[in-house]
Amino acid sequence: VSELVEYVADRWDDILVYLGEHVLMSVVPIVLALCFALPLGWWAARRPALTSFLLSMGGVAYSIPSIALFLLLPLVFGYQITSYMNIIVALTIYSTALLIRNVIDGLESVPEDVRLSATALGYGRLSRLLGVELPVSVPVIAAGLRVVTVTNVSMVSVGALIGLGGLGQLFMEGLQIDYMAPIIVGLVLSVVLALSLDGLIVLTQRWLTPWVSVRESR
Amino acid sequence: MSNSILAQFLAYVGDPETWTRQGGLLSRIGEHCIYTVLALGLAAVIALPVGLWIGHTNRGSFLALNIANGARALPTLGVLIFVALATTIGLGPTMVALVILGIPPILASTYAGIRNVDPDAVDAAIGMGMTGREVLWRVEVPIALPLVFSGLRAATLQIVSTATIAAVVALGGLGRPLLDGIAVRDYPQAMVAALLVAALAIAFDLFFAVLTRVAVSPGVGGRTVTRPQR
Repeated sequence: VSELVEYVADRWDDILVYLGEHVLMSVVPIVLALCFALPLGWWAARRPALTSFLLSMGGVAYSIPSIALFLLLPLVFGYQITSYMNIIVALTIYSTALLIRNVIDGLESVPEDVRLSATALGYGRLSRLLGVELPVSVPVIAAGLRVVTVTNVSMVSVGALIGLGGLGQLFMEGLQIDYMAPIIVGLVLSVVLALSLDGLIVLTQRWLTPWVSVRESR
Repeated sequence: MSNSILAQFLAYVGDPETWTRQGGLLSRIGEHCIYTVLALGLAAVIALPVGLWIGHTNRGSFLALNIANGARALPTLGVLIFVALATTIGLGPTMVALVILGIPPILASTYAGIRNVDPDAVDAAIGMGMTGREVLWRVEVPIALPLVFSGLRAATLQIVSTATIAAVVALGGLGRPLLDGIAVRDYPQAMVAALLVAALAIAFDLFFAVLTRVAVSPGVGGRTVTRPQR
């Protein structure tokens, strides 16, 4: 344990940089994926053919291992393998693939009578989406967001194999010098980061859907 | 892709030696499949019974689910290197890491599948005089099968991709040419290996898609949890 404390004190600055990179490379894709998945999911909801097409595309994308994607994407998009963009684009693809399903499920879970009531109250298509359908689907979308967030945080580390990877670099460092301390620091920080971001989503969800707890306690 | 890289790529793929020599791509594909099947088998042997038992009795579910969810937050690369350094480098420790990563998805979906069985169906089965064991095997398991398979699918994907990374701790499989290619900047070799890993993952996924279609009773609905009808 004292070795661990010494290591952390010694490498504090580097660790902070890795942590910062890790946050950047895991959070940016989540935000981007939400920007893609919301309109795509809205477009596909209640269109079974389009839904099954998007979901099977997503399934294929999601089944490609991350290290393979990190190597193949630069060919398609023409950036350097070792650029941050590489990780961010790859994780955005995974996150979008996962989130679309939840957006579609969420929007389709809005009861028909709620949609009809909103229409009767004078909501247009867009205002009904923003004012009624999206808020009602927040719990389902947030559930997907939580899975995506936790998965992303653990996947960023794989980027260490191509010289990126935030906290993942601590793992490679530990492997190279056969030393446990950096690995333990990396594992702990990575799990703490994942759980904190997860908690943040849960809090945001509670704040956005105050009616859920009311209904459950009734 | 510049022309010279494309030319190198084609030359690499076109050379029969690339595939058939000792440690060539064909044997790497074989190794990768063996690691995957072995790790998946071990993970399933551990996670399926536990998931069924927890789902059936609803005992220990809180603990099991939290462990399963927490495990998702563990970075696979870190677990792999941790296990390798804590023990020795080689097949055994790597298998331990792969199995650890394969258990949570199988456990969580098996549990969820059993828990999501309509209680009316279970009551009806009990009413017909079935014993606990019969209820589990003849009612709960068949109804839970789509979710059980989706857990196995998720575990397989996790294992296929982590088996690639396992080459950092001196293992064969498709990660070998992939990481060696990165290390010596032989990108055509790394990319061919990456394409093969992706193809292998998709092939495993398709296998499970077909298996699900064949094995699940036509009376059991969609592959996801069905919402109660209003």
